[in-house]
Amino acid sequence: MRLFAPPQLSLRFIPVWQRNYLVWKKLAIPSMLGNLADPMLYMLGLGFGLGSLLPQVAGVPYITFLAAGTVCYSTMNSATFEVLYSGFSRMHVQKTWDAIMNTPLTLDDVMLGELTWAASKSLLSGIAILLIIWVMGLQTAFWLSLWIIPIVILIGYCFAGMGLVMNAVSPSYDFFLYYFTLVITPMVLLCGVFFPVSQLPPLLQHISLFLPLTHAIDLVRPIMLGQIPAQAWLHVLVLVAYGSVGFYIALGLTRKRLLN
Amino acid sequence: MSVLSAHNLRKSYGAQEVVAGVDIAIEKGECFGLLGPNGAGKTTTLRLLLGLIEPDAGSIEMLGEPVPSGARRARQRVGVVPQMDNLDPDFTVRENFMAYGRYFGMRDAEIAAVLPGLLEFAGLTNRGDAKIQALSGGMKRRLTLARALVNDPDLIFLDEPTTGLDPQARHLMWQGLRRLLNQGKTIILTTHFMEEAERLCDRLVILDHGRLIATGSPRELIAQHIEPSVTELYGEDAAQWRTNYAAQLCERHETVGETLFCYSRDSEALMQNLSAQSAMRYLHRPASLEDVFLKLTGRELRD
Repeated sequence: MRLFAPPQLSLRFIPVWQRNYLVWKKLAIPSMLGNLADPMLYMLGLGFGLGSLLPQVAGVPYITFLAAGTVCYSTMNSATFEVLYSGFSRMHVQKTWDAIMNTPLTLDDVMLGELTWAASKSLLSGIAILLIIWVMGLQTAFWLSLWIIPIVILIGYCFAGMGLVMNAVSPSYDFFLYYFTLVITPMVLLCGVFFPVSQLPPLLQHISLFLPLTHAIDLVRPIMLGQIPAQAWLHVLVLVAYGSVGFYIALGLTRKRLLN
Repeated sequence: MSVLSAHNLRKSYGAQEVVAGVDIAIEKGECFGLLGPNGAGKTTTLRLLLGLIEPDAGSIEMLGEPVPSGARRARQRVGVVPQMDNLDPDFTVRENFMAYGRYFGMRDAEIAAVLPGLLEFAGLTNRGDAKIQALSGGMKRRLTLARALVNDPDLIFLDEPTTGLDPQARHLMWQGLRRLLNQGKTIILTTHFMEEAERLCDRLVILDHGRLIATGSPRELIAQHIEPSVTELYGEDAAQWRTNYAAQLCERHETVGETLFCYSRDSEALMQNLSAQSAMRYLHRPASLEDVFLKLTGRELRD
């Protein structure tokens, strides 16, 4: 098999998705709390604490500004953690993938199952933040804000696809720290989660343009403020591209790792 | 027609040819053993046969399907018991069966219907709701075997099925495998336990450095390669005994550490001689597959 042959995708991935869902369901409450507490505390703590010191950010109260960023980065984190730590457990530690590949399923099915599962799980994280936003009435137009739901799935897809690349090349859990310190954390700071990208020096603003989280936020923030995002299709395309290219590279590298 | 056949199978990693021209034909209903020291290429051969990796050369046919191109269809009727347990630790015993059956495209009701029989087979009838962590090593191993039967396979792969099991658990595992053979299933197994291969396998091959160095039934291999009886002499006296008597009483002999292995056909004179030596510690036994294995693959460690 050529390692970078196109993915062979079929609905056979569904039992893999289902397996992950059923395991998650057993631990749903602690898992949800763990996933949500952190972004929620940041949003509320910084939103009210720092927000009380700031007149307005980008023309709106700081917590409103922060809320859009929090939806995106919480979704990103959720998808990333799922494919990195949980995915690595299943692939490398528990050998769950090996067990599945002894059945009629192939690696392509397993990885598509992981990708769709991580996107599904991150949807829950995004929606949970969205619920708080609705309860607090931070959105401008409720019906428009429903658009955030499909966008959250797209963000989950994007970062799950990217994260699977790290999973493919990682020798151990420790390796993932590099991805967080070199990719995820810089993105949180460069892509407009906590402050507008326009506050950055020009060079960093340019870099920011190429990062997927920027495009996620460029979709979600206008919607929160009741506007239709400018160049929406461009942002959607960037997220799809990062996720798809990531998945394709991850599949090739994982084939090399497991099927060689 | 063979259930599983491979011709001139080859696979290299870098400069090292791990599988170097293997030919195998396994008939329906037989238990076929794949023996060899560590690093001989057993696991790579199994992975090639299952269609998980692509051979550099050679052809494979499993259950009428070409492998790897038709491996997915072939695996629909295959069960695999891996070397390392890969049960789902987050699931109960029952949930493990359910999840695994779904990978074969079985509906939940179909899996539920075969579940009681599989639990009985694994000796876990009352443990359906047990967590995996609560099971002993032997139970986990039997569960892994039973899980591999969820799709009622025609062909079962077992990679070192009894490694790490105590004698009780091992015998129970063997009983299970015999039951499957009686049902007409075909089994291919790798093992380090020659006794296991001798008991279970109708035919076996010995693999070393990626090549088959012997093929046959356990009895044929013993008759072909080793004198029928083996006497092991231990301790310091063995060396002296060797100087005095070995040439005369042993057809062939070798010294490993302080142990003298004396191979013979007619051992009457040898036994008379040894019973006169009151201080000598020795063991007289029929030749076994292990003798064949050690003769053919040598005594050096392979790790």
